[in-house]
Amino acid sequence: MATTILDPTSERNVAERQRIARPASLEGLTVGLLDISKPRGDVFLDRIEQRLVEVGADVKRYRKPTFTKPAPVDLRHRISVECQVVIEALAD
Amino acid sequence: MAHTNDRNVLPDGIVVVVKEECATCHSVVSVLGQLDAATALTVYTQDDPGFPGDPAAIHDHDLAVSWHHDIETVPTVLRVVDGVETERTVGWHRDEWERVTGVTGLGPDLPAMRPGCGSMSVDPDLVDTLAVRFGATVLASRRIDVAGAEDEMEMMFTRGWTDGLPVVPPTEERVMRMLTGTARHPSDVVATVPPDLADVSVEKVAIAAVMAGCLPEYLPWVLTAVEAVCNDEFNMHGLLATTMPVGPVIVCSGPGTRAIGMNSGGNALGQGNRANSTIGRALQLVIRNVGGGRPGEVDRATHGSPGKIGFCFAENDTESPYGTLAGEHGIEAGVDALTVFAGEGTRCVVDQLSREPDSLARSLAASLQSMHHPKLIMGFDAILVMGPEHARVFADAGWTREQIVAGISAHLNRPGADLVRGAGGIAEGLPDAFADAPSLPKFRPGGLMLTYAGGGAGLFSEIIGGWANGDVGSKPVTRAVTY
Repeated sequence: MATTILDPTSERNVAERQRIARPASLEGLTVGLLDISKPRGDVFLDRIEQRLVEVGADVKRYRKPTFTKPAPVDLRHRISVECQVVIEALAD
Repeated sequence: MAHTNDRNVLPDGIVVVVKEECATCHSVVSVLGQLDAATALTVYTQDDPGFPGDPAAIHDHDLAVSWHHDIETVPTVLRVVDGVETERTVGWHRDEWERVTGVTGLGPDLPAMRPGCGSMSVDPDLVDTLAVRFGATVLASRRIDVAGAEDEMEMMFTRGWTDGLPVVPPTEERVMRMLTGTARHPSDVVATVPPDLADVSVEKVAIAAVMAGCLPEYLPWVLTAVEAVCNDEFNMHGLLATTMPVGPVIVCSGPGTRAIGMNSGGNALGQGNRANSTIGRALQLVIRNVGGGRPGEVDRATHGSPGKIGFCFAENDTESPYGTLAGEHGIEAGVDALTVFAGEGTRCVVDQLSREPDSLARSLAASLQSMHHPKLIMGFDAILVMGPEHARVFADAGWTREQIVAGISAHLNRPGADLVRGAGGIAEGLPDAFADAPSLPKFRPGGLMLTYAGGGAGLFSEIIGGWANGDVGSKPVTRAVTY
């Protein structure tokens, strides 16, 4: 005999968003570097910033208050309006 | 006779509900005849449509009338005015029948009273089916039909709904029964669950509780635990995502822990007690199935720990010489409450020789010092679970909770020079800036917490090490249980 059970999941419908096209060049674009506040993440990002400047990008640096929590919504919004490209670094 | 369209409304006059398989109902048939002659009478019969025959009855074939009007005993006599019940009596009791019906001289040959029988609508074999038949419309979850040839246990494994162990299939009957454990409405939103930030309803928590193996009376504890972990303070998102081997540890206290049969004694942190084993598991199934938090995805644990299946136990608050963890966090004694703590598995401290409190405090401190790493301090909290034999050493000396924590902490201070990177030939440690600090504590203020649980024999304590604490990571959250 067939059994009926209830769906234990959130049953959410995920909104899929199209990614914007990858830029052909970073020259003249503003690149955001988000430090998630893991130790030595700054060492990695310093080097990335150096490389990006060499190819003509403007670099803006951001930092999450703690690596254990998602970036605050205000920070995410700021990055979205100030940058065309963002790089998030995870490092230990 | 025809059914009324809306069976929630009873006909005006006197309504009697009977069943053929009840001796008391048989004995009042003559009384029903008297009532039929004297007043507006409607009889509903639960089983045999031909009973009592004279007067004729309406067959409550699907027990809708009985269920909607909470008939627990037959016969039940109701007085109905303008569709609303105004009086009720159950069984046969002449005075009561005469009072409710307003007809005198009823059943002169019957004894003054005779108890009734159980209504079919509360028959244990039928009650869950009826709850679904008449009440399941409150359930909003998608129904999934499992084919007769399909194994529902395997189907649930395949869909990724389990933690690796079998789960109880969440049928409508089981979920409706689970929901009897709380006064909260199934559609109430309990919390927003990470990592997907999905709102979770009481109903979805009840589904997880069924799957985990909970009884309905555990549900308030599960609901409270879900609320306690899903907030910025506890930071369930980070706890899930971390590479460290930690999960939500639930420490329960209050008379309700005994009412639901939780174990705070021998093997309290182990297997074998249904409430201890399933409450924590239900919480983790909510994180998994509603929040979407699964190992290898957002859960990045390097090793994990067995406690991540579910880790829940009760404090022995009636015998604790130093109160409860909930009390430490401001909950009054006697109130059902739980504390959630971001913790790893347990580590045993063996000291079978200390009979003086300072000796035992030193012993516990030496073991606590090594939690996560002897050279890492302040960043992690810990819960120390003492059983009767260790706690007695402090209790006999008259030490309070505060004195015990202070006494242990006094032996947890070390000079910065011992803790900096490279000290002791170990690269791990504090930044060099701490090298000149004369004395550094292992724990931040409030970071060493005490509980009392365990069996009567054994000079042992257990350490539950924590995770990144405070604003950076997770703070313990204590909540009174919401019923």
